[in-house]
Amino acid sequence: MSTAKKTGADALAEKGWFGSHKWLVLRRISQLVTLGLFLVGPLAGLWIVKGNLAYSLTLNTLPLADPYVLLQSLLAGHIPEKMALIGVAIVLAFYFLVGGRVYCSWVCPVNMVTDAAAWLRGRFGIKGGAHISRKLRYWVLGMTLAVAAITGTIAWELINPVSMLHRGLIFGIGMTWAIVLAVFLLDLFVSANAWCGHVCPVGAFYSLLGKWSPLRVSAAKREACNDCMDCYAVCPEPQVIKPALKGAKQNIGPAILSPNCTNCGRCIDVCSKDVFRFGLRSAR
Amino acid sequence: MNDTNGKKPGVGQATRRQFLIDMVKTACTVGLMGAGLGLYAKQAKALPPLAIRPPGALLEADFQGACIRCGLCVRDCPYNILELAKPEHSVATGTPYFVARNIPCEMCEDIPCVKACPTGALDHQLTDINKSKMGLAVLVDHETCLNFLGLRCDVCYRVCPVIDKAITLEPIHNVRTGKHTMFLPTVHSDYCTGCGKCEKSCVLEEAAIKVFPIKLAKGKLGEHYRLGWEEKTHAGKSLVAPEIEHQYTLPEGYKYEQGRGLIPGSSGESVAPGTQPGIPKALQGDKP
Repeated sequence: MSTAKKTGADALAEKGWFGSHKWLVLRRISQLVTLGLFLVGPLAGLWIVKGNLAYSLTLNTLPLADPYVLLQSLLAGHIPEKMALIGVAIVLAFYFLVGGRVYCSWVCPVNMVTDAAAWLRGRFGIKGGAHISRKLRYWVLGMTLAVAAITGTIAWELINPVSMLHRGLIFGIGMTWAIVLAVFLLDLFVSANAWCGHVCPVGAFYSLLGKWSPLRVSAAKREACNDCMDCYAVCPEPQVIKPALKGAKQNIGPAILSPNCTNCGRCIDVCSKDVFRFGLRSAR
Repeated sequence: MNDTNGKKPGVGQATRRQFLIDMVKTACTVGLMGAGLGLYAKQAKALPPLAIRPPGALLEADFQGACIRCGLCVRDCPYNILELAKPEHSVATGTPYFVARNIPCEMCEDIPCVKACPTGALDHQLTDINKSKMGLAVLVDHETCLNFLGLRCDVCYRVCPVIDKAITLEPIHNVRTGKHTMFLPTVHSDYCTGCGKCEKSCVLEEAAIKVFPIKLAKGKLGEHYRLGWEEKTHAGKSLVAPEIEHQYTLPEGYKYEQGRGLIPGSSGESVAPGTQPGIPKALQGDKP
């Protein structure tokens, strides 16, 4: 019913451009700063951060390690050295607190690629496409762990577009662009939010990691909702909104509890009634 | 649950059937993906012979379960020797390697690449770079190696960081000329670290000496093989009883010395005790 109107038009009119793009801008800054910190080393010789998202060393002291890669390594039969273990502990604690999929929307470089595809899909009015189950990613996650255990290698890292893109940007891209292009085209033509919302096991892993994380988007002023549907239209995981937004009658709290929510905050931006805000999962 | 098509909840049988069908569909798809990935991972375990892992790298099969492709070894290598494999390379994506002919390992004494590795894919037990086994140099081509052609190239020997241990020059008679000596570069696996300096500096268009993975480069004796001369030293005496002294059949008036050959004009003292000088031993019959 809202086909005539552009998604976010109401918010734009009500709150102005910055007001209706605040979290988007902050998120892009976060993504670019994260990437930039990795890049100033190789590009300008300023070694603040060494490595990539799999493992990095900041200022030669702070280790950060990707728990999903380390889990695969563990299943492949290797026990890592101390530095990697400390790095994993820090990262686990961080994402456990702020929401696992904050990794997806605030850090992961593929997010900018798939967001671009989603934006173009809207722009060109590309609709429909293949039906892919949103549970597929958990199957893929299980599969990657099983293959790691069976082959004794971190097999998924051979083809993982997420780490490939990040590593490629920092250490030399080679043919990685072709794989990233494939992800982009998948999202643009095959199915909306296909990669991040349906297939990617990295996202699935971080979903599980953030299953009980306290920081959540909350539909705090849900009684003000005017059913404009803009939040559903803009959300990469729209199925997570409904229980929180429409759950008042069933006595469901206003916090979005689904771990698939990426805490990207686009719903906050796009709502002209300021229904959403960041809050705690215990919000009432 | 949220994305399945909106079947009417009344027909439980049909929804359950659909659920099971969807589940089997997904399982098959993912199973197929997994099989493909597994096969690819198996292929990727085969490291190309010319790609060399950094010092201390675990055996290839273990390495690919341990290396998380962070590139810290690449960053801490002061000579920028290492590279992370790009997807189009035939080395497992994202893992570090170098190609000796392009740029060999400089064998830093403090081994910064190993220290940088957060997982131990480069084994932290390696603290003496001379003990590293990145591969093994092999003089693969006896037909083009200049020293085999009788020249004194010696470059591989000269550049070897473990000179006179990992590579020695072994003098051998040049049968072609009949009067010269060939100095054959000979690699000793106990000392060769596989750094690749010899391969890099080989003056030929295609190196005659190359670093190969140890598995490709080394032969292996049967477990039951014993080297008589070593066993003898070990036991302090001959294990074959009784020890038979070697007897030479010599022309009259000659003596023979190991390494010197026939020496003319010599007399009795050179001949083994208990034999008559001038008469070949074979003709002397049994010793008393």
